[in-house]
Amino acid sequence: MIVQELIFYAFSLVMIFAAVAVITVRNPVYAVLFLVLAFFSAAGIWMLLEAEFLAIILIVVYVGAVMVLFLFVVMMLDINLVPLKEGFIRYLPVAVLVALAMAAELLMVLWSKGRFGAEMFPVPMPNPADYSNTRELGELLYTNYLLPFEIAGVVLLVAILAAVALTLRTRPGVRKQNPAEQVRARREESVRLVKMKPEKPNGA
Amino acid sequence: MLTLAHFLTLGAVLFSLSVAGIFINRKNIIILLMCIELMLLAVNMNFVAFSRFLGNLDGQIFVFFILTVAAAEAGIGLAILVVLFRNRQTINVAELDDLKG
Repeated sequence: MIVQELIFYAFSLVMIFAAVAVITVRNPVYAVLFLVLAFFSAAGIWMLLEAEFLAIILIVVYVGAVMVLFLFVVMMLDINLVPLKEGFIRYLPVAVLVALAMAAELLMVLWSKGRFGAEMFPVPMPNPADYSNTRELGELLYTNYLLPFEIAGVVLLVAILAAVALTLRTRPGVRKQNPAEQVRARREESVRLVKMKPEKPNGA
Repeated sequence: MLTLAHFLTLGAVLFSLSVAGIFINRKNIIILLMCIELMLLAVNMNFVAFSRFLGNLDGQIFVFFILTVAAAEAGIGLAILVVLFRNRQTINVAELDDLKG
């Protein structure tokens, strides 16, 4: 039990440190890397909560794809960082005030009267060794949640199309093939028959 | 002993931090997008914790769908960002005031 608590506090501290770093570092590349650290710690805590499939998905899909996409874009844009940091000091007090007020309200609700304590939500027993989180999730996903699952696929498809359509551009002066035109080519367009008299080769 | 309140507290702290991040980085769209990702992570944390303590897997299914939508959002958001930078050579929110009358 004590080991679990140690793991929880270690991952939580790393995660909160990473979150603070994400919102305060100057360079967006470092911000993305700290965000990756936050996601890794979150995956660790989800492992603690026995959500193994989601923990792996968070690392493989989220860190592996979405964060790398972020990193690509951040590195591709040549950003002048100086004007982007204007107002950092100016808005810092407001930000701290709002964050503290929000955190205080949330924590008051969470910790008062033992609403979410061990009495109301008893700590569940660990799952047996032959329990498969992935199998259970899969059964639920392909039966009760089949329609939302398919809609999620359509959402991703729309996202792909939108991203490609937004960033696609045609530069003038670039030579490229037009297969439709090539297929439509006719003999008359390229071959010209010329009538001429036979000629003697030179010197014959 | 780790109760549900511990995990919800972590989510609450994370959410508050990302709100603060939106306040102090209001010029930089990239950091704003990252703060939104952090917020979604905080919400997902709550879903997973409730799913565990209620013994119900539906919460994890919801996390699955939130991750899907967040990935789509990040993809389209970054595409818009690239187009924006290509046209304006800036991602400073303060300079994007074309729609101001």
